[in-house]
Amino acid sequence: MFESLSDRLSSIFEGLRGRGALEEKDVTEALREVRVALLEADVALPVAKDFISKVKERAVGAEVLRSVTPGQQVVKIVHDALVDMLGGDADPSLSFATTPPAAIMMVGLQGSGKTTSTAKIALRLQKRDKKRVLMASLDTRRPAAQEQLAILGEQAEVKTLPIIAGQTPRDIAKRAMEAGKLGGFDVVMLDTAGRLSIDEQLMAEVADIHKTTNPVETLLVVDALTGQDAVTTAEKFKERLNITGVVMTRIDGDARGGAALSMRAVTGAPIKFVGVGEKIDALDTFEPERMAGRILGM
Amino acid sequence: FTKRRLDDETLEELHDLLVTADLGVPAATRITEALAKDKFDKEISDVEVREALASEVAMSLTPLEQSLTIDREKKPHILLMVGVNGAGKTTTIGKLARKFADEGLSVMLAAGDTFRAAAIEQLLVWGERTGAPVVTKEIGADAAGLAYDAVKRAQESGTDVLMIDTAGRLQNKRELMDELAKIVRVIKKLDATAPHNVVLTLDATVGQNALSQAEAFQEIAGVTGLVMTKLDGTARGGVLVALADKFSLPIHFIGVGEGVEDLQEFRADAFARALSGAAEELNH
Ligand SMILES: Nc1nc2c(ncn2[C@@H]2O[C@H](COP(=O)(O)OP(=O)(O)OP(=O)(O)O)[C@@H](O)[C@H]2O)c(=O)[nH]1
Ligand SMILES: Nc1nc2c(ncn2[C@@H]2O[C@H](COP(=O)(O)OP(=O)(O)OP(=O)(O)O)[C@@H](O)[C@H]2O)c(=O)[nH]1
Ligand SMILES: [K+]
Ligand SMILES: [Mg+2]
Ligand SMILES: [Mg+2]
Repeated sequence: MFESLSDRLSSIFEGLRGRGALEEKDVTEALREVRVALLEADVALPVAKDFISKVKERAVGAEVLRSVTPGQQVVKIVHDALVDMLGGDADPSLSFATTPPAAIMMVGLQGSGKTTSTAKIALRLQKRDKKRVLMASLDTRRPAAQEQLAILGEQAEVKTLPIIAGQTPRDIAKRAMEAGKLGGFDVVMLDTAGRLSIDEQLMAEVADIHKTTNPVETLLVVDALTGQDAVTTAEKFKERLNITGVVMTRIDGDARGGAALSMRAVTGAPIKFVGVGEKIDALDTFEPERMAGRILGM
Repeated sequence: FTKRRLDDETLEELHDLLVTADLGVPAATRITEALAKDKFDKEISDVEVREALASEVAMSLTPLEQSLTIDREKKPHILLMVGVNGAGKTTTIGKLARKFADEGLSVMLAAGDTFRAAAIEQLLVWGERTGAPVVTKEIGADAAGLAYDAVKRAQESGTDVLMIDTAGRLQNKRELMDELAKIVRVIKKLDATAPHNVVLTLDATVGQNALSQAEAFQEIAGVTGLVMTKLDGTARGGVLVALADKFSLPIHFIGVGEGVEDLQEFRADAFARALSGAAEELNH
């Protein structure tokens, strides 16, 4: 049922062989197939369109037709362009350029994986980078959200800010930064409640907390299963917050993960981590090569 | 109204609109072609275009607009909630508990997610909010064992509805899907006709992967219907159309918020209008 992109392209090029240099209209036809492949992988339409026009410039005039396998040749051009766009020259490491404690704020839609990723990153910073890390949940909305982070803290052996019922997210953020300073922590991880990008009140709240805590990193957490909405989410969060990086969760699923390209394109921020499972050590750094292959179904 | 011809260019625009609503290319193509068959080259206004599009979408979803009916004879009627991580399973159970209680049914919940941190506590809060007792075991306990205990307790107490929460699982994870199959098997031991509903929860932001989710969960757990959550956001959930083309699963409810009341019966018409932007245009 699933015909790979290079098979589809091969059949297009079959008829063109021996005609010499590739013409623009041949490339256009091939790129229509590429566009469909990107959409099948859930790359957001405006991002796919933009990407196609960039690839077109590279493909026209390239020695595609004379190659023995023109279909694969185009796939290679597309693949390389994807890797460029996914990775670019962005630095995926976290920044700590501030007087400690450095705040790292996690934001995103409901259920995207913020709380789990908070614990995963905290564990990694503590274990690998020998940072002293404090985690705090500012989620006063979802049932048992603060307990969830507290339990994850126990599992990861990372300190969490004691829960005080009745505090507002802003109160908790201030208390966390204060405790971070007094306790000599290097990093304070702030987990926030999930919110819709069009929820004006909650977006204002998170922007306010951002201003108060002045995080070195604000990480947008996005589910790899996300479809076309990735673009809207990225745009709206970027409008309100200085997004410095993206965490893409559930990459252990079988989604093609086109949202990675959309996120990268819209926020301009690098994908700093990927979530590869439910356990607290299931976190990897992002590999543009692998992601590109995955999006193209290779 | 600005009239325009429903030409290739307009059709491509509509195709794009459907793709950005997550219908996927095959379903978007099918819908635009159906539209073209009727109206190609006719002069129609923008509003009419959107209306026509909405009616095409509604046509494929209307047969799936089926409410979830509880069999009052069964004590209990058993509903098993399944889906990938974070889709909204636990929250939807909470909302349904309120709805069924309001209809005068006695409701029991089972905290079948024995894996995720504070999943049990989360369901306990929903139990408190809705007055439903919650059957729990400790974190790390066998989920099938918990389901077994819960069915027994619901049978003994003559409860009308038992809703069993499960841990989120990605459909490509063999071991976790086997665990789900085991939960179903164990329930059947106590009532061969159960589970009476196996509800797959889908997040409206999901893209084409929903197709693989529906296929795998149907095969392993025998999904009988869908709920789509988070339709209060910017995602329009168009993958339901692609799902309708392939699986014809009933769509029971939509989630439109995080509160206990934020659950609505699925209405194909309203969904289709929102998806095509028809409602929006008319309000202007
Ligand atoms: N398979 C898999 N599951 C994940 C991953 N990251 C998170 N999860 C699961 O996704 C679900 C939601 O994760 P949470 O961390 O609670 O998400 P959240 O964004 O904090 O949710 P809210 O606070 O309700 O907005 C849980 O079941 C997690 O175990 C991942 O990388 N892979
Ligand atoms: N805006 C909105 N949020 C929702 C809706 N349904 C659920 N949520 C939120 O989505 C997040 C995840 O919901 P859960 O019910 O925990 O999802 P789950 O499928 O049980 O998650 P796991 O058990 O971790 O797999 C929570 O923050 C919920 O409040 C909805 O219809 N609209
Ligand atoms: K019943
Ligand atoms: Mg959370
Ligand atoms: Mg749950």
